[in-house]
Amino acid sequence: MAVTDIQASQPFLSRLLRPRPVIALLLLMWLPLMAYVMFGKTIGNNAQMVLLPAIPATLILYILGIRAFRESWVAVIGLTLVFFWLLMAVSAPYLPLLDPNKPIAPFTTPFTERKDVFFWLGTDFKGRDMLSRMIWGCQRVLVWGVTATLVAYVVGALFGLISGYLSGWWDEIISFAANVLLSFPVMVLFIVILNYLGPSGFNIVVAVTFASAPAIMRIVRGLALDIKTRDYVFAAQTRGEHPLYIMIFELLPNVRGPIIVDACLRLGYTTVAITTLTFLGLGLQPPDPDWGLMIRESAKTAMLWKFSYMLLVPALSVSSLILGFNLMADGLREMSLRD
Amino acid sequence: MSDQTPVLECRNLCISYYTRAGEIPAVVDFNLKLMPGEAHGIVGESGCGKSTVALAIMQYMGKNGAIVGGEILFEGRDMRTMSDEELRRIRGSKIAMVYQEPMASLNPSMLIGAQLAEVPIYHDGLSEADALRRAEEMLAKVRLPDPKRILNSYPHQISGGQQQRVVIAMALLSNPKLLLLDEPTTALDVTVEAGIVELINEIAEEFGTSMIYISHNLGLILETCDRLTVMYSGEAVEVGDIHDVFEEMRHPYTRGLFGSIPLPGADKNAHPLVAIPGQLPLPHERPEGCNFAPRCTFFRDGLCNVGALKMHPVPGDDDHKVRCERFQEIDWDRDLPKGEAKPPVLPGDTVLSVENMTKHYIIDEGGLFVSGGDARTVKANEKLSFEAREAETVAIVGESGCGKSTFAKVLMGLEDATDGKVMLGDVELGALPVDKRDKSTIAKLQMVFQNPFDTLNPSHTIGGQIGRVIRKFGVASDEAEVNEIVMRLLDTVKLPRDFAKRKPRQLSGGQKQRVGIARAFAGNPKVVIADEPVSALDVSVQAAVTELLMDIQRENRTTMLFISHDLSVVRYLADRIVVMYLGRIMEQGTTEEIFAPPYHPYTEALLAAVPIADTRVEKRHIVLKGEIPSPSNPPKGCPFSTRCPYMIPGTCDVDLPPLRSFGEGHGILCHLDPAELSKMEPVIKPRAQAAE
Repeated sequence: MAVTDIQASQPFLSRLLRPRPVIALLLLMWLPLMAYVMFGKTIGNNAQMVLLPAIPATLILYILGIRAFRESWVAVIGLTLVFFWLLMAVSAPYLPLLDPNKPIAPFTTPFTERKDVFFWLGTDFKGRDMLSRMIWGCQRVLVWGVTATLVAYVVGALFGLISGYLSGWWDEIISFAANVLLSFPVMVLFIVILNYLGPSGFNIVVAVTFASAPAIMRIVRGLALDIKTRDYVFAAQTRGEHPLYIMIFELLPNVRGPIIVDACLRLGYTTVAITTLTFLGLGLQPPDPDWGLMIRESAKTAMLWKFSYMLLVPALSVSSLILGFNLMADGLREMSLRD
Repeated sequence: MSDQTPVLECRNLCISYYTRAGEIPAVVDFNLKLMPGEAHGIVGESGCGKSTVALAIMQYMGKNGAIVGGEILFEGRDMRTMSDEELRRIRGSKIAMVYQEPMASLNPSMLIGAQLAEVPIYHDGLSEADALRRAEEMLAKVRLPDPKRILNSYPHQISGGQQQRVVIAMALLSNPKLLLLDEPTTALDVTVEAGIVELINEIAEEFGTSMIYISHNLGLILETCDRLTVMYSGEAVEVGDIHDVFEEMRHPYTRGLFGSIPLPGADKNAHPLVAIPGQLPLPHERPEGCNFAPRCTFFRDGLCNVGALKMHPVPGDDDHKVRCERFQEIDWDRDLPKGEAKPPVLPGDTVLSVENMTKHYIIDEGGLFVSGGDARTVKANEKLSFEAREAETVAIVGESGCGKSTFAKVLMGLEDATDGKVMLGDVELGALPVDKRDKSTIAKLQMVFQNPFDTLNPSHTIGGQIGRVIRKFGVASDEAEVNEIVMRLLDTVKLPRDFAKRKPRQLSGGQKQRVGIARAFAGNPKVVIADEPVSALDVSVQAAVTELLMDIQRENRTTMLFISHDLSVVRYLADRIVVMYLGRIMEQGTTEEIFAPPYHPYTEALLAAVPIADTRVEKRHIVLKGEIPSPSNPPKGCPFSTRCPYMIPGTCDVDLPPLRSFGEGHGILCHLDPAELSKMEPVIKPRAQAAE
């Protein structure tokens, strides 16, 4: 039976491993999560219902990913780390977890039972369950991190294409602006922007876009400069295509390879940046759980060796997610260099 | 001969590469015997294993390649038993190699002198001063002007031809017994190539070096080698003395190769080229028995597809062997591959006329906040004038920097002409950029590009890319209708219909070029510009693509502007020829007029430089000195004056030459007296006539 099952499932999975189904699955996973995290409060009490379709989508995507990247161990490990957190994020409301914001028993060390509850990872100084906070905390980092990176990519790629393809004055102006932005230390730029706009998720997106888009623009510009000398671009020009058509249909699809690898790396940077901002008190605000916030709140108490777990749990979570993104980037690059 | 030890001997050599897909045999059962002072050519198309043989001789197989059988004897010793240390000493001193890309063989951050001196310092233990002196002598021997200056230059400061001479000098410095040349002139212009070929021949005489010359160009092999191996799909299919093989080829593949190159006498109407049908099999999909069997017209079931084939000696010839089971049954004279003669096409009215078209680029070193600086003018095109009629093929011939690409850009509307007129029908195109042209004008003028790997967007399907042109030019807008036209176009270019759904990476170079042609003809153009459409393709594919282009042109009565550097192709397919040099038209006329005296001195040199793979013709030997000057700094007076063997000092280098007219449409831009031009001897003539 098992054998026939596998044989039957093979073609089904291979059929899914094409651009369109994969994009559909990604959206199915991503949009509910985004809606839940960004607008959960406005949706109301049954907000968790939106996450239902995202759970199977995430699982299928993970299996597809493993199948596609099975030749690179690095990519498989990276994918596993990232998808572990994605799965935690989409299924958090359905997991048998304690309320992350409810104080129960302060200063409970891991693997101890107090008030008839067993705390796997202990509780923090207010007595909130660390396991639950850790799992709920990944939602905000993931959603805001990926959104911010995506927006930065759209903006950066657009300017990069314009600058690289049209050259001339466009290039001079855009490159100059990018150089000015790049000359600020990233943290200074973040702090200035968030101080001015006020701390919130959307403003983090704005800040990350300002900080990352110039570097993305430079990568895309370089690639566009190379690709615009190809004959197929020349062919499009000679049949009188509009520059916008050439940029989007002739250039953009052919710069995607290096961009996807870079995006994975940049997701890691953005995660660091968001966590740091929250740690500095400039990002997402309490009481909802968030890794950066957890580190900030427990920074003082964790000075005591006995309570260092309060710091280690969120810190290791951030590291594992970033490691996941970086390994995925490495794996993708490795795969793209083959054959 | 027999008492000498061969410099190199390969016995039953088998080489395999190991990939994820498993073992891939790259070369199977390869034999070669190279005597001292002998030059041996290896000819074959890409993927036939000729470069692998060279790498195996150098023992540079890389991590995933290995010699799995046979032996390589260098001066009688098996190289496979030598230690790494011994191999290191032999490489570069007794065996030297010259690669295709000279710039990639030289270290860009080291002075040429220092790079050259390394060889004698390392291999002969000379002091640096002595080594530099040796290097300087060697540079003089490879006919480089001013060796002292070159010693103190970086590689990027000298031209491509000079770089290749430096690489050859480096190879010769340690006085090697064996010189491996892997397509040493492919990256160079024809007139520069002729100089390198002459040098290689002189080396053979002067140093007595044995050479292995790898090339895809049969003509070059004829000019340089004594013996020849023809390779196909990892096997040697024919080996023999160069004259034996050229005059009595005994393998159907060799025959097919010769049938698909335009030799003098080939003609697009009376004697069209015959392409070899089918494609080179992939290394892991080789058929049982003869690898060439699926493409061979003499294939016989049960004989050609059983077991491994052996090399059979050809009776009557000295050491001429062929890997064919049926070569003695084939009547080689009767079964000559012959294309069907087609009626000539009569040209119609003038479609395109170019009058005094001039394009200057002004290079301004300014930036956003800096203006001014030195503005230089690059004269890319100077006063071009010619006409093209309906259904006619006009070839524009010239080497790099002659301005042919700029001309194509002006025509396509990507650049504005500085001066003069370009008329397509009654529309003036010179000052009309592509975004100001109306749809029908754009559709009338389309282009076929040079590089098959660049011509299609790798991200879109074939059908999508052809369909886009059809929709864009308003030929059809209905989805089903567009689809039907795409299918019809794929039929026209002889590609299977299901290719419409494929991405370009699933296609071979020749197939991509066919799609490029389909795309150009999708909008029913009046004029098609073909920019070296076949020069990047393998010989046997070239013929098929050329024929296809000709057939479509014949059917649609399209005017074709064929841009090329290869005079043998041009002779075959052009009705009229325009010869350009540094932005100017040096000579124009019908094909017969260009190939017969009177010549422009540049045309003469160009004709002499193109290698011809035919032992029946004799070619005059003319090698131009020097290199093509930079178009941003052209010589005064006649642009060709710096290299012209007929140069009249005080006239040619001062004044612009006058246009000498020889009858209708044949014009030569030269200071020489018309009478003197008429007295020139033909460059190419049949050998029998030469003997008289």
